[in-house]
Amino acid sequence: MKRLVNLTPSKPARILLGLLPFALILLIYVIASDARLEANPSDKLLPSFEQMGDAISRLAFEPSKRTGEYLFWQDTLSSLTRLGLGIGIAAFIGFTLGLLTGALPTAYAPLAPLITVISLIPPMALLPILFIVFGLGELSKIALIIFGVAPFIARDIQRCTLEIPREQLIKAQTLGASSWHIVWRVLVPQLMPRLINAMRLSLGAGWLFLIAAEGIASTDGLGYRIFLVRRYLSMDVILPYVAWITLLAFIIDWLLAKTSQLAFPWHHQGGKA
Amino acid sequence: MIEIKNLWKEYGDNVVLEDISKTVNDGEFVTLVGTSGCGKSTFLKMLLGMESPTRGQLLIDGQPIPDEPDQSRGIVFQQYSVFPHLSVLENVMIAREFERAPLLGKLFGGRKKQVREEARALLEKVGLTPAADKYPHELSGGMRQRLAIAQALIRKPKVLLLDEPFGALDPGIRADMHQLILELWREHNLTVFMVTHDLSEGFYLGTRLWVFDKVRHDPQAPGAWGAQITYDLPVGEIPADTLAKMQQQINEPEDKKITGESA
Repeated sequence: MKRLVNLTPSKPARILLGLLPFALILLIYVIASDARLEANPSDKLLPSFEQMGDAISRLAFEPSKRTGEYLFWQDTLSSLTRLGLGIGIAAFIGFTLGLLTGALPTAYAPLAPLITVISLIPPMALLPILFIVFGLGELSKIALIIFGVAPFIARDIQRCTLEIPREQLIKAQTLGASSWHIVWRVLVPQLMPRLINAMRLSLGAGWLFLIAAEGIASTDGLGYRIFLVRRYLSMDVILPYVAWITLLAFIIDWLLAKTSQLAFPWHHQGGKA
Repeated sequence: MIEIKNLWKEYGDNVVLEDISKTVNDGEFVTLVGTSGCGKSTFLKMLLGMESPTRGQLLIDGQPIPDEPDQSRGIVFQQYSVFPHLSVLENVMIAREFERAPLLGKLFGGRKKQVREEARALLEKVGLTPAADKYPHELSGGMRQRLAIAQALIRKPKVLLLDEPFGALDPGIRADMHQLILELWREHNLTVFMVTHDLSEGFYLGTRLWVFDKVRHDPQAPGAWGAQITYDLPVGEIPADTLAKMQQQINEPEDKKITGESA
């Protein structure tokens, strides 16, 4: 018998083992749900898959009686717009600050301590301030995501910039590069895959801030919907919404990873030269 | 011509180089050897402009060496001296793009084509034509150093600095690289300074060999005395016993030498 640390499952076994926990959770859920519904057909805690399907098809394929909108898609669109704007603006601000502080010691001196302190502020504690300053509209929700994510991206990009071997920067200077050339042609291209990576890592936080802000003050959005129907114990809506959010998060992450692999193959094949 | 006049380099109380005076003519190939930490890399950094002398002068054609790196002095490091995000061809072209496109750092159309031809010719010379479209991580160590050399030469620097450029290569490949660097040195009429750990490399290559070593040691204060150039020899005329003595000096670890002399 080999040592446990040397025991590697074969590929089919790995896939099977990976699927196993999902199957188990589903199975347990179905059994529990059946048992509860048998005891009390109007139980709301563990709805059957049929009930969930009904609830979602009502939200997704029938226009709302009040507004005429297809709520599920409207919620999805609103949330994705907010998340996209928030993460996008945060990535832009974070990348610029991280690049400048990492590349230029004269920018590092005044900005780096500030970025560090800002990144330590719990963003949720800023939410009341954002609501007071920007009102309850779109701006405060997007601002929360930006405040939550931009300092992290800035620090990550700053670290990556400082990690680029000094030899490269010196070499560029011996080839006649100006500071601008070094930033634009040596640092920025090498930092792009790092930026995508930082965005992937910050998406989890982005979703958190989005759903929190939507839950507190909003009129649509995935987070708003699940906080709204909580009042009616509508687990048949909440559970599919959570699954949908998870799927969206997975797809966005996968798209970012693929983009990075296609656009920056030299980075993913482990090139440091 | 490079003139070194009473050059000292100190970091606080730690004297790295003391009172070095030399003159190097254009077209000389100087090999720098010595134990690690003896200041030969510091000396190279001063030539590059990354460090400035504490005392004394370092003059190139009568002018003090600029205090930052520029295109008059090319460099090849042991590693990390090519850009991983650019193809081999782009790595060589980028120097001309820095020169000719101050704003964008990138050339287009006919001007780009012209630079591409120049870069291709240089790649041909260092034997990288088949790899022109590859990325650096796809190259072997020797090919990567060939690229670094081609890249350093496109701006036609007068001085080429080599910081242990072949230290990480296999012996066979190292011999090829020696051949290449000698050819390029003659053809481009370069003044070359090469730091190496390998004494035989110093004998084979170049016209002049400098050995850096501390002449005096104080066991109570190891930083009190700096290194000097203890041998300055024209290559090809070195007697065998001198060679053995130098070999011993270089290979002796620093701490052992201190205790040995104080005993």
